[in-house]
Amino acid sequence: MIAANPETSAQRPPAAPKKWTNARIAGHVLMALWIVSGAYLVYFLASNIVSPFFQKYWPEYIDGFIVTVQIVSLSLLIGALLSIPIAAARASSWKIFNWPAYGYVYFFRGTPLLAQTFLIYYGAGSFRAELEAVGLWTFFREAWYCVIFAFSMNTAAYQAEILRGAIENVPKGQWEGAAALGISKPVAFFKVILPQAMMVALRPYGNEIILMIKGSAIASIVTIYDLMGETRRAYSRSYDFQAYIWAAVAYLMIVETLRRIWDKIEERLTRHLKR
Amino acid sequence: MNEALTLLSFGEMGWGDTIAWGVFITVTLALATLPFGLVLGFIIALAKKSEEPSLRMAANVYTTIFRGLPELLTLFLVYFGISIAIRNGLQLLGYDIYIEVNSFVAGMAALALVFSSYASEAFLSAFRGIPQGQYEGGYALGLTRFKTLRLVIFPQLVRLALPALGNLWLILLKETSLVSVIGLSDLVREAGIAARVTKEPFLFFGVACLIYLVLAMISSGGLTAIERWSKRGDATR
Repeated sequence: MIAANPETSAQRPPAAPKKWTNARIAGHVLMALWIVSGAYLVYFLASNIVSPFFQKYWPEYIDGFIVTVQIVSLSLLIGALLSIPIAAARASSWKIFNWPAYGYVYFFRGTPLLAQTFLIYYGAGSFRAELEAVGLWTFFREAWYCVIFAFSMNTAAYQAEILRGAIENVPKGQWEGAAALGISKPVAFFKVILPQAMMVALRPYGNEIILMIKGSAIASIVTIYDLMGETRRAYSRSYDFQAYIWAAVAYLMIVETLRRIWDKIEERLTRHLKR
Repeated sequence: MNEALTLLSFGEMGWGDTIAWGVFITVTLALATLPFGLVLGFIIALAKKSEEPSLRMAANVYTTIFRGLPELLTLFLVYFGISIAIRNGLQLLGYDIYIEVNSFVAGMAALALVFSSYASEAFLSAFRGIPQGQYEGGYALGLTRFKTLRLVIFPQLVRLALPALGNLWLILLKETSLVSVIGLSDLVREAGIAARVTKEPFLFFGVACLIYLVLAMISSGGLTAIERWSKRGDATR
């Protein structure tokens, strides 16, 4: 940028008008399309707030939302607890720990969540006698518990990989530095390594939460009435397509809000790294 | 054990051929989605790296939508949405017929939408890994913008984007399982039918999971080979 010359106080010539390149035309047309469809969506939703569909079903959507939040938060929490021993086993140099952990992670990351949920929910029926003998049948009979179980196992595998990757990402010098200062290994891990690893893990953890919210829609297939389940029930009763539109808006708002909050958190926690 | 093998065998007694058909549908669906997803993703990546702000914004709205929606919901939106749209369109023309949308096509469209929005990010970060000098070099040699893109940028882009695209392929392979919900007889659905008839759900869903694992292993093998092929120029240095 060249500033106006202070001696002659000559002004810069005005910028040339922007040419209508193909890219600019395409961009404006597409943006116009988005704006029109967005405005139509808002109009459609606003005009349908008084419709019998919305009046009848909005309390069920709220219930579904609460169930979704419960599934996601419970699974993430249990998964986080499970992921610690798995990550430790995965990072271990002992093969008896390392291989099963690797197999676990490979299985849960390599197969679809839907198949895992079916395997646990329907598959438990194959072992009814055995499960009744140990008193676990009441647990596996309920779709709710099966879904929490399947989702927790699934997210544990992903979270273990995030944790392991983040910890291994911390340079070895950090361990050596701590050892040189006479800090014991456990203290070094919790006070030196883990905080740095968490910084790296923040973004993948955020992605994992979003993946879990999106994945939790699968619970609706095994008769759980979460947000998606309520949507499907509302659609099957009313044959009104707006059932899915409301759900889409709800999911988009949840995911987008969470993503923005997470970005803010990350910005705050890594502000000392900004150059 | 023998019982299980009989159930899984091919022919009269077993469900092997049903499962095999499911595998075929799953793989075909994933393979059919891939080119559409890749091309669409590449175009969106081009829009995202454009200098024109309106074009960038339009592309970003697209990815925000399809990365924020659950894949299952996208599938339902596309599956029911297309048939309603066709019906409304025909009603405008004066016809009143209900057309059932093929679940394969609906699944393909929905998966391509999701895949392309993720692929565009993969391409975009690959674009960022190519120095500006590569474009300038191309223009200096008198190549047109399109030729620079095709002959100079694209070969390098593929190399940079391959690891991320490989991951997306593995995710796509897993996401095809969702189409079983709209009635396409893919691996999960066929396994479910077999499980219901034989009352051996653990066996059949377990086998389905193992088949997905095998598909993932074959894919990783293939992807490693492709990556080695794309890097064959590096070895001479």
